[in-house]
Amino acid sequence: MAVNRMFRTCPASGLVFHEPAENLMKANAVAAAVSLLVGGILAIGVTLTRWQAVHMLPPDSFYLFLTAHGLNMLVFWIIFFEMAILYFTSSTLLKCRLAAPGIGWVAFWMMVVGALMNNYAVFRGDSSVMFTAYAPMGAHPTFYLGLILFAVGALISCFVFFATLVVAKSEKTYNGSVPLVTFGAITAAIIAVFTIASGAIILVPTFLWSVGFIDHIDSLVYRTVFWAFGHSSQQINVSAHVAVWYAIAAIVFGAKPLSEKVSRTAFFLYICFLQLASAHHLLADPGLTSNWKIFNTSYAMYLAVLASMVHGLTVPGSIEVAQRQKGYTNGLFEWLRKAPWGNPAFSGMFLSLIGFGFLGGISGVMMGTEQLNLLIHNTLYVPGHFHATVVVGTTLAFMSLTYFLIPVLFRRQMMFAGMAPWQPYVFGLGMMGVSLFLMGAGTLGVPRRHWDIAFAGNPLPYEFPGSAWLMMALAGISSIFAFVGGAMYLAITVGSVFFGKKIETPGFKEISAQQGMVGRPQPAAAPADTTVIAGHQGGVGAGGMCMVAPGTFVLAIVFLVSFVLYYFINWKYLSTVWPLR
Amino acid sequence: MSAILPPPERVWWKQPLDRVEGLWIGIALVWCLIMFFMMPYWHVYGKQNLANEAWRTTPEAYMKKAEEVVAKYKVREETDQKIPVVHPPAGSDVYLVARLWSWWPILELEAGKSYRIHLMSMDWLHGFSLQPENINVEVHPGYDHVMTVTPTRAGSYSIICNEYCGINHHTMASRLYVK
Repeated sequence: MAVNRMFRTCPASGLVFHEPAENLMKANAVAAAVSLLVGGILAIGVTLTRWQAVHMLPPDSFYLFLTAHGLNMLVFWIIFFEMAILYFTSSTLLKCRLAAPGIGWVAFWMMVVGALMNNYAVFRGDSSVMFTAYAPMGAHPTFYLGLILFAVGALISCFVFFATLVVAKSEKTYNGSVPLVTFGAITAAIIAVFTIASGAIILVPTFLWSVGFIDHIDSLVYRTVFWAFGHSSQQINVSAHVAVWYAIAAIVFGAKPLSEKVSRTAFFLYICFLQLASAHHLLADPGLTSNWKIFNTSYAMYLAVLASMVHGLTVPGSIEVAQRQKGYTNGLFEWLRKAPWGNPAFSGMFLSLIGFGFLGGISGVMMGTEQLNLLIHNTLYVPGHFHATVVVGTTLAFMSLTYFLIPVLFRRQMMFAGMAPWQPYVFGLGMMGVSLFLMGAGTLGVPRRHWDIAFAGNPLPYEFPGSAWLMMALAGISSIFAFVGGAMYLAITVGSVFFGKKIETPGFKEISAQQGMVGRPQPAAAPADTTVIAGHQGGVGAGGMCMVAPGTFVLAIVFLVSFVLYYFINWKYLSTVWPLR
Repeated sequence: MSAILPPPERVWWKQPLDRVEGLWIGIALVWCLIMFFMMPYWHVYGKQNLANEAWRTTPEAYMKKAEEVVAKYKVREETDQKIPVVHPPAGSDVYLVARLWSWWPILELEAGKSYRIHLMSMDWLHGFSLQPENINVEVHPGYDHVMTVTPTRAGSYSIICNEYCGINHHTMASRLYVK
């Protein structure tokens, strides 16, 4: 079979797209957007029911909507988009032909069929078991089968990604090491393999149990192995969206990492330690020892938290350095004030960074502490936390990347160009509100996945304080903003991709490349990149110390102070609770 | 655009660190270690630690023990369903049954006294959530989890289920009294 070696070079960005890779990226991105649309519509039903004054849906539809919302958002939207990112970071960034595009399509269609089958099971009405599907609560067999198909498809895509790396290496399409963004994507793909293997280990027996071949699934075994899948899948997101942060900093500002060594080591720490965080989910479970819980929940002494704190510094730090080189050197924050806040690719990425760190990161470490978990386990604090990490962090980062991809990948002009600059703010700030208010409600003890906190019909109801009801209402209002932001995003992207004005470049044609090599490899060192960071001129004195990114350092210290205060406030709170041992 | 290009210097791992990164990594590492040591520290000096004691058992065996305690220490019944209220002596073993969709029996404890409270589910997963105290523990079928609890303040508390357990999950609420 002849290998397709058709490439095109994007005239605006200089990026090189391999034709089959490009088509796969588009297909995965479109499937992702469809999942986001479905999940978003379901979200309205969920939030308007939990807002007690509205209380829209009856309990059966509420639990059905919540199950479908979780699966379409957490699994289908994010993983479809991640597959597009894997193809982009391997084929496009390495200027390499995609290995085995045919297998990539098989994987894609398996994922589509899996997603449809799983949605079919849920909408039948007998599989409202939530994303977690904790055995011994059982769902229809197609529920598990759909998830398994989807996961195997994703696994195959990961191997197409790895094979592309091998092709790029052997066909020498790049010099030296892979770009940092590709390195981040490799991290995500390695974690994905671990994740999907764990998923198979638990979902396959559960599927067999649902059709009657196995007669017992232990609830603790299920929870333990499930979370190696369920939480690790969110760690794929973390690696992928951190890679997207670096990519956007590079695309918008021409920023180079402060040091490749530090950023890559931080990604490597993710591979080693991030999956241990799955144990966070089991801190309030019987049958596991404190030693096991402490080692795992601290991700082996918080080495993965360290990695995120490093990325949290180096991404804005690299932007600061790039901005200072452009002459924004006044004071600590001129580089940030003069950043392109009207460019949705940047504003979305920066809100994602702030929301992920301040809301998602701090709350995640707090509730992942063995004893502190007692205070918030299974309360709304948990969804509050992961709406900050997965929605503000991952989803918003992916959204901001699409603003870059529409002209470059889809070759369309942006529709609703006047609306796009507002979208990240409406969606990001709305979702930050959702996160904060859910966490507030969770701190007051409001349970997650609960249809009615008024306990109607129960002779012994618990009366939540008025502040909890207020939090639920505020979360509902914020979610409407987020929903509007999500609708704006879909209108802009779907509108542009299908109805946007085609970008035609005079003289543009697809080129056939020999042996996968497109044009010449980049020169070893472009002039702009030769500045040695340590000898960089842009630094200003901060407390007598010369740093390349003093503003970022100040922001990092603000983050640390918030982190330390919030962490110890929770220990203080715990110390007032009934003694337990 | 260099994070999306191969590093310009091939030997990038010998590039020296800038102070901003070195300093931040040092600070962050110290903070991470402090957070790590807080957990063992609390096991030694803190008073709120979830018990490691748990036993594999069956719903029938567990229910039998729970019924024995109810028979011995029942003081009254509440609601139309005649849910027994149990007032066990301090230090004794008390069994709380979680099932679709109720908690059984209602416990009446004394402030300042300690009790060995057992938690287990008869069917699916449930979540023990004591409000407004805010103690939240996962309840498994087949695992008898034994916690030694010392109520500190008198009052009427609620136990609600906070692990999704099906269509009537939201009706699963009960009481716990502290005298």
